[in-house]
Amino acid sequence: MRGAQKTQIDWLTVLVYAALVLGGWLSIYAADFDPDANQSIFSFSQSSGRQLIWVISSIVILTVLFLLDFRIFESAAYVIYLALFVLLILVLFFGQEVAGSTSWFQIGSFKLQPSEFAKTGTALALAKFLSDTGRDLSSLRDLILTALVFFIPMGLIVLQGDAGTAMVYSSFVIVLFREGAPSAIIVLGIGAITLFLLTLVLPKTGLIIGIIVLTLVMLGVLARTLRKAATIIFIGLLSIGMVVSVEFVLYDVLKEHQRKRVQLLINPNADPLGVGWNTTQSKIAIGSGGFTGKGFLEGTQTKFDFVPAQTTDFIFCTIGEEQGWLGSSVIIMLFGLLIFRITQLAERQKSSFVRIYGYSVAGIIFFHFAINIAMTIGLFPVIGIPLPFFSYGGSSLWSFTIMLFIFLKLDSHRGELLQRF
Amino acid sequence: MNSRVLLIRIFLITIVLVLIGRLFMIQIVDTKYRAAAQSNILHKIVEYPYRGMIYDRNNRLLTQNEPVYDVMIIPKELTLEDSVEIKELFQITQKEFITKYQKARRYSQILPSLFIDKLSNTEFARIQDRLIKLDGFIVQPRTVRSYDHQSLANVLGYVAQVTPRQLNRDTSNYYRPGDNIGISGIERSYEKDLRGKRGMSYKTVDVRGKITGSFDDGVHDSSSVPGQNLKLTIDLELQQYAEKLMRGKIGSVVALDPKTGEILAFVSSPSYDPNLLSGRKYSENFASIASDSLKPLFARPIQAMYAPGSMFKTVQSLIAMQEKKLRPTEQILCEGNLIGDLASPGIYDVKKAITYSSNNFFYLVFRRVIQQGFESNSYLDSRIGFERWRSYVTDFGLGKRLSVDIPNENRGMIPSLSTYDRIYGQNRWRFSNIYSLSIGQGELLVTPLQMANLGAILANKGFYYTPHLVKSVNNKDLLLEKNTISSIDTSYYQPVIEGMQQVVQMGSGIRGYIPNIAICGKTSTVQNPHGEDHSGFMGFAPKEDPRIAVAAYVENAGWGGRAAASTASLVIEKYVNGEVRRPWLEDYVLKGNFGDARRTKDSD
Repeated sequence: MRGAQKTQIDWLTVLVYAALVLGGWLSIYAADFDPDANQSIFSFSQSSGRQLIWVISSIVILTVLFLLDFRIFESAAYVIYLALFVLLILVLFFGQEVAGSTSWFQIGSFKLQPSEFAKTGTALALAKFLSDTGRDLSSLRDLILTALVFFIPMGLIVLQGDAGTAMVYSSFVIVLFREGAPSAIIVLGIGAITLFLLTLVLPKTGLIIGIIVLTLVMLGVLARTLRKAATIIFIGLLSIGMVVSVEFVLYDVLKEHQRKRVQLLINPNADPLGVGWNTTQSKIAIGSGGFTGKGFLEGTQTKFDFVPAQTTDFIFCTIGEEQGWLGSSVIIMLFGLLIFRITQLAERQKSSFVRIYGYSVAGIIFFHFAINIAMTIGLFPVIGIPLPFFSYGGSSLWSFTIMLFIFLKLDSHRGELLQRF
Repeated sequence: MNSRVLLIRIFLITIVLVLIGRLFMIQIVDTKYRAAAQSNILHKIVEYPYRGMIYDRNNRLLTQNEPVYDVMIIPKELTLEDSVEIKELFQITQKEFITKYQKARRYSQILPSLFIDKLSNTEFARIQDRLIKLDGFIVQPRTVRSYDHQSLANVLGYVAQVTPRQLNRDTSNYYRPGDNIGISGIERSYEKDLRGKRGMSYKTVDVRGKITGSFDDGVHDSSSVPGQNLKLTIDLELQQYAEKLMRGKIGSVVALDPKTGEILAFVSSPSYDPNLLSGRKYSENFASIASDSLKPLFARPIQAMYAPGSMFKTVQSLIAMQEKKLRPTEQILCEGNLIGDLASPGIYDVKKAITYSSNNFFYLVFRRVIQQGFESNSYLDSRIGFERWRSYVTDFGLGKRLSVDIPNENRGMIPSLSTYDRIYGQNRWRFSNIYSLSIGQGELLVTPLQMANLGAILANKGFYYTPHLVKSVNNKDLLLEKNTISSIDTSYYQPVIEGMQQVVQMGSGIRGYIPNIAICGKTSTVQNPHGEDHSGFMGFAPKEDPRIAVAAYVENAGWGGRAAASTASLVIEKYVNGEVRRPWLEDYVLKGNFGDARRTKDSD
């Protein structure tokens, strides 16, 4: 291979990855641990025993990734994207329905979730598309085309009934922001989300009066030209329209359990034994951990199925309960370090393809990490996405490993990857 | 640096700080969650299932489940000031209390662990009122086996608490410490049917240890499922009668129904009272029963091995006829000088040879089978003949396990070429080395069950059903497994059976004669190098339409015609006629004084 001597792996990232995977494996064992049964961590009757298989196979996968020619990821980006697009369509027809969403292929006892891998495929395609010379995110045409790259898989995943995974695709906004999409678009997007949340908290009429007042004030202060005045009035009317439609969305578009989860976010005590049960129990488990935690395998709340999905989406409860504030903070900082490091590596790339891909990876991991932990501590509705590297499950661990190590592989060849297009 | 990159980084760090800050709030500042966790403590209360009941073939109940109470301790909730009262209540010393308390604490502060196990109903009633006033104790009711009859201990087996070793070997991951498990006999081989399914209920408990209710309205609770009932093939009345006959003797009686392979009686003597190995008494009694020199835990009918002795002449006859070395009516002159013999010299055919148990006749016949003249070298010739002979013998279910449905069956022993090669060296042995086999001595070993099964084969003229002890599980009959001895032509059985009938009418088994039941049998006097010979009998009755096949071995009781034939005959009479009308013979057997060595004609 040309220039193999220039290959430099970023060992810091690898080390953080290893620490997170190991921490995850131990947490899965702790979450599944039954003090009466006294099973070994390697026992295949335990989730931890099976997770070990996923860990070992992940190591095999990342080794294979490093043996591939680094150029393949860029040249095959669209092919991979298309292949996953086909899989996402096929799963709608041939997939297994698990807990209300049709996102799994079942082959024998082996289950595969294409939407987990579609994130990587989308990131590659987006990077390829955006790194083409002549793309300009400040032009509306390119912005819409770029957004389509991730809106298409996102829509297919919504059709599968997996709203949580679909939401992950909104993390690509970070990429758009970094690559120069106009601030106004970003600000409008964030404004819309804020308004949406406010609609949930405040009474509708009060909110509409507030918007009208704000619009009038803005008109008085900022409306120097007719054009600006028109824009302000347009935005004001749009906001009122949105407030009105949110209620419609809440009661007619969202599914019953999703609406409850959104409402729960606003008022956690509304229904403590119904949908709030998960969050309440999860907070009790984490809250009871105190400063240093109860100690490894000593948790009481995560042992008796108080907390649901305690090896998967709610794995953080076990860390919170057994490792306390100290342990939880270490894990959070490790995630922060990983994401920060990825953005650093992305910035030092000469190839815009690798930089954009890097930001996509950072964004996806960040979204998963922040939303997953936020939902276990009641800062966000329960949307059922795994904590990267921690949650039990092969598809999740494999897809994050592949996503991260493609980036590390590309980064290790940054000396050879010049801006060629 | 690009300002957007900076903004992204600030955003990331802000979120990390928000998460850490929020955790700080709920983990350290807000004590609400810690308090909630404490009132969230769950107690898992195990609901032990009722073990399935065992009935005899006539629906007489053999087992009971007796309630007992385990007292569990939760160290964290215990008030140590109560220790004086606790010690007094359970009548334990300070030292015992400390050991138990610390063991529980090492296991878990908050999970219940066993403090006192299996209090009986009356013991529990005595302490119940005071116990509920103490903090930190939970009572867990369960049941242990008790038995109405003192019979059948070796068939039923016993139940005990699962040991750590068994837990480690339990790949199905069903058992938990404290569970019961069948250790031997039916209790072990039908453990999965009998044990039922453990139930579990979750109770929420407040900080003070008081049960505040069912957790989550009981949706996670499961009630226990009782085990399935078994119906044995054993006829309790016959079993008890046979046990009575064997009292004070060492040996076995096995009776089975040749039409089905159902074992009607399975006596191992001496045995033990099954109640001695149940519940708390298990630990007190096990050591003394296990170390008893008469081995009451030994299931003699399937574990004891003896030489078959003269019973084996029936098999020898069939093999010789099948090999065309003996015609069914062929007369052979026996001069009585080839092998020690109690039968007088003369002319014998198969029927007469069996009736009078002529050793010389079977010596001659076995020689014809072993040395058939395939090879001129008599060493090589013996090998060929021996191999042919051996394959017939194993067809009769000898030298292998019959797969009866209780554990630890012995396979007995049928010597093979390699057995003799080991003893004498290859091609260094021939008929003259192995002739003892002709009369069922030498290197042969069989179990009493295998001999009872031989009785069934002879009764059926060439097939048997795998002997078994369980007739049905939850009223569903188990399938019978038929085994056919296809290597022997059915017609050859007739002369053998007629000889066996005469054994009881006029031969060595005459003590077993009953005027109205045609018993066919064969006695054995099993040579015992360690002392007095063992007495053996194998047979079936009635001759036409056989209903029962029996084997009896009485150790050190001398000739087969006495102890064993008498015992077997009484068992047959009891089963076929429903009652015994020969009190003199009963007295003779019960007295058990077979040891006088006067050589009379009723020997073998």
